[in-house]
Amino acid sequence: MTNAADLPAWAALPTALLLLLGAGLALTGSLGLLRLGSFYERIHAPTLGTTMGISCVLLASMLFFSVLQTRLVLHELLIAVLMAATTPVTLMLLARAALYRDRSEGCDEVPPPPPPLPSPPDLPGGSPQTQVSAKVIERT
Amino acid sequence: MSTELLSWSILLAQILLTLAMACAAYRLLRGPRAQDRVLGLDTLYVNATMLLLTFGIRTGSTLYFEAALIIALLGFVATAALAKFLMRGEVIE
Repeated sequence: MTNAADLPAWAALPTALLLLLGAGLALTGSLGLLRLGSFYERIHAPTLGTTMGISCVLLASMLFFSVLQTRLVLHELLIAVLMAATTPVTLMLLARAALYRDRSEGCDEVPPPPPPLPSPPDLPGGSPQTQVSAKVIERT
Repeated sequence: MSTELLSWSILLAQILLTLAMACAAYRLLRGPRAQDRVLGLDTLYVNATMLLLTFGIRTGSTLYFEAALIIALLGFVATAALAKFLMRGEVIE
């Protein structure tokens, strides 16, 4: 297997810097998760690690293996695309779930739910849904 | 000289990532509510992915990359399922 000792200096220095930057950003985000006050403040903190932190580590890995194997190694882009696509989805779902739980418990710190939209005016001859339900009632 | 620099910075990055995982594990164990625990689990998954990539750079082996990819994928599924459970009380309705 290849070894890190074969790496030239011009590649070792950016790899080390990117690794340290990514790990430092991940630690900052996790410290924010530990220290911030409410859940809605805490949900912002780990996104430091999930965006910039992991892209720095992935860039370091791509640079390291590309120089070491003297060919383009790009499979780390899979993790980058996966993270960029999934992090907003999961955090949005989680924040919605937390908001729903707080509202259903009557917590005062969350805003009330928005007022319901005005219902559309009835179509002439009744909407198709009422016709279908009328047919079902006739059949039974 | 550059090799020593790289190995020391890999070690330092591993220590930082382990501290980050410890913070997330504390939030996972002591979170005041269920959504805090799910958020801690998500952060733990992301930090574990980064730690595995750092192990891959240290050993020069691409095997760790596949483990990191699987952890990232399973972390997404787990967090989405847990958020759905918190919202509706069931995962599959």
